[in-house]
Amino acid sequence: MNFDDNAEEALFRLRVRDWLEANAVRRDDRGNVDRSDTDARLARARDFQKRKTEAGFGAITLPREYGGGGGTAIEQVIYLQEEAAYDNQGVVDFFGVGLGMCLPTILHNGTVEQRDRYLSPGIRGEEIWCQLFSEPSGGSDVASARTSAVRDGDGWRLNGQKVWTSGAQFSDFGIITARTDADARKHRGMTMFIVDMKATGVEVRPIRQMSGECEFNEVFFDNVFVPDSLRLGAVNDGWNVALSTLMHERAGIGGRSRDLGWQRLLAMAEEVVIDGKPAIEDWRVTEPIVDSWLVEFGCRLISVRGQTALSRGQQPGPEQTILKMLKAPLIQQHAYLAMDMIGEAGMLTAASLGEDWEEIERAWMFGAGLRIAGGSDEILRNIVAERVLGLPPDIRIDKDIPFKEIPV
Amino acid sequence: MLSDASPLTEVRRALEGKMAYSDRAWRELANLGCLSIMIPEAHGGLGLDGLELCIVAEEVGRSLTPVPILPSIYICAEAIRLYGSQAQQAAWLPGLADGSTIGTFVVGESKGANGTVEARFADGCLSGGKFVVPDGNAANVAVVATQTPMGMRLLLIDLDSNGIQRTPVASVDPSRPVSIVEFEQSPVEFLGLAGDAEWQHIRNRAAVLLAFEQIGAADRAIEMARDYALERKSFGRPIGSYQAIKHKLANAYAKNQIARAHAYHGAWALATGSPVLPLAAAAARISAIEAFSFAAQENIQTHGGIGFTWDADCHLFYRRARQQALVLGPVQHWKAQLLRELRGGFGDGGLG
Repeated sequence: MNFDDNAEEALFRLRVRDWLEANAVRRDDRGNVDRSDTDARLARARDFQKRKTEAGFGAITLPREYGGGGGTAIEQVIYLQEEAAYDNQGVVDFFGVGLGMCLPTILHNGTVEQRDRYLSPGIRGEEIWCQLFSEPSGGSDVASARTSAVRDGDGWRLNGQKVWTSGAQFSDFGIITARTDADARKHRGMTMFIVDMKATGVEVRPIRQMSGECEFNEVFFDNVFVPDSLRLGAVNDGWNVALSTLMHERAGIGGRSRDLGWQRLLAMAEEVVIDGKPAIEDWRVTEPIVDSWLVEFGCRLISVRGQTALSRGQQPGPEQTILKMLKAPLIQQHAYLAMDMIGEAGMLTAASLGEDWEEIERAWMFGAGLRIAGGSDEILRNIVAERVLGLPPDIRIDKDIPFKEIPV
Repeated sequence: MLSDASPLTEVRRALEGKMAYSDRAWRELANLGCLSIMIPEAHGGLGLDGLELCIVAEEVGRSLTPVPILPSIYICAEAIRLYGSQAQQAAWLPGLADGSTIGTFVVGESKGANGTVEARFADGCLSGGKFVVPDGNAANVAVVATQTPMGMRLLLIDLDSNGIQRTPVASVDPSRPVSIVEFEQSPVEFLGLAGDAEWQHIRNRAAVLLAFEQIGAADRAIEMARDYALERKSFGRPIGSYQAIKHKLANAYAKNQIARAHAYHGAWALATGSPVLPLAAAAARISAIEAFSFAAQENIQTHGGIGFTWDADCHLFYRRARQQALVLGPVQHWKAQLLRELRGGFGDGGLG
């Protein structure tokens, strides 16, 4: 494991630092909720993404001919590490899915025409993308898509419903999995398409999540026409295209997350008194903080190891799989401890406890969501057991029969 | 080499009291230079830093090799190398390096079999105690960390001299034997001016090395459980296809990967003399104790009834996991150290 940059990396890091110092605003760690309206936030995000692209940081690993940086995975990691200290102006909220998943999928699976049409505007922040895989009948089970695409002249007609689509309400395009052969087995009868989110028959309805906010959507497709020129990959090969998309999703290693961490808990414990005794002298409080640090810092060390592998042009090891599985539940536990430390007042929200408390309130709510999103705790453990330890897959009663015979 | 010289049958022979340690494995390790990695060339060693010894430790752990490498090499030889006089180094290091001398350590104020024991130091001699000493009967020399009129000091004692009673006692892992040792006017030498800070430094370095043994052993226990889960069928299918088993083993894997990450960090701190060593050593020690304990106990659980038998190898790991969780002080001690380091502002682990 190597904790230091090599000469080229150090140079790149300096270039990133200089650019960020001149072009971005340092963030403070408290109260990270932006309450301005969507149009204003989008305008700021567009502007920042445009400037990032001009500097070569807009999509570091995508090719230069489309406006990308033509750089390496390690440069991407270095950029994210440095950017973590700055306000990214909502770029991730609006363009994260496109840059991280949709555009790489088009680059690797799309036709020349598709690449020429979509990559450049997507990278520059002119067009917004969403990913339409999850359906009411299956989140973890990506191959269970029931939304259908049926041939119609020189194109296809889409019918069905997607769910948990981040950013659908302001997206211009999406990539979507649809069932094209219900007589085939489930993994063999799906096809991937690019869909125009402004097309007739597309309806986006916000989902009110348990926090009361609406970040995700349901998307309904009612006889939406998609020209065959927007098919991504071969007919009935959608499963393999989707796998490549999800690989890009999981390749996002190395960035320093800014979640509610042990530092804040330790600082609270130094101040708070419990049962007449400073919390910092109470093992019921300090032991969970020590345990948290062990996981948090351990995960950081594992990321560094992945980073070292990337820096040497190698593939990061299978241990990278455990990071999200360990960190997501920790966020929830951190929030509980912080709330417990202030006693009954922990029942209150940031509305009365102050902006400072928003970080904790969000950790409490979103910790629960993070354990599900992007591979649930349970699915990730299955992946470790099956792909890393080599245990046999569970018996799947729906794998080898025609899709239409699978019970709903 | 170790899989030949130290199969689990060798651990069993030590466990059943047929030998205090595996002479065969000890001699092989010495012949390959594994014991003398950090000992200076002038005293028959290789004079390298700790990284190579970490690799050796992981393999010793994997095989549960029943040898006194922790007390003799990680602690006694290190204390003499770092703080001993030229004469002390010349007297002891060559023998420790080639394995013909075995070293150990005694903590002068510690919990004994019947409450706290204290050593009394007067007129260059040590008396008292009923100390719990790893490899106490096999060892020839010991470092003693004890209070003296000059404060806490490290002393060197020739265990083959007169007035020392050594009694082997039953322990949770007889493949790593323990003795009760009593001193009666036993002559000692000061190990330079080394005191508490130096003793903590030795303990921190040893904690990193021991963590490598633990992650090696935990990996092996996880593999055993995995292999059994693939082979054993229940209700018509391999038990490894059930999520209850999968998630248990995935958790064991994750715990050991976290421990491995901290052990690597500890190795880096040890080899570079970093000021984060007390933090990194505590982290390596705690996470390795937790990873190996979990892997060893869930290996038994995965095996079911057969795992609870004498003939199955699961208990060799279960015993060693407990012995290693205690030998350098329990997890609570190291968590207190880690908390001090976090409060002291070392929580970024030297990474910035």
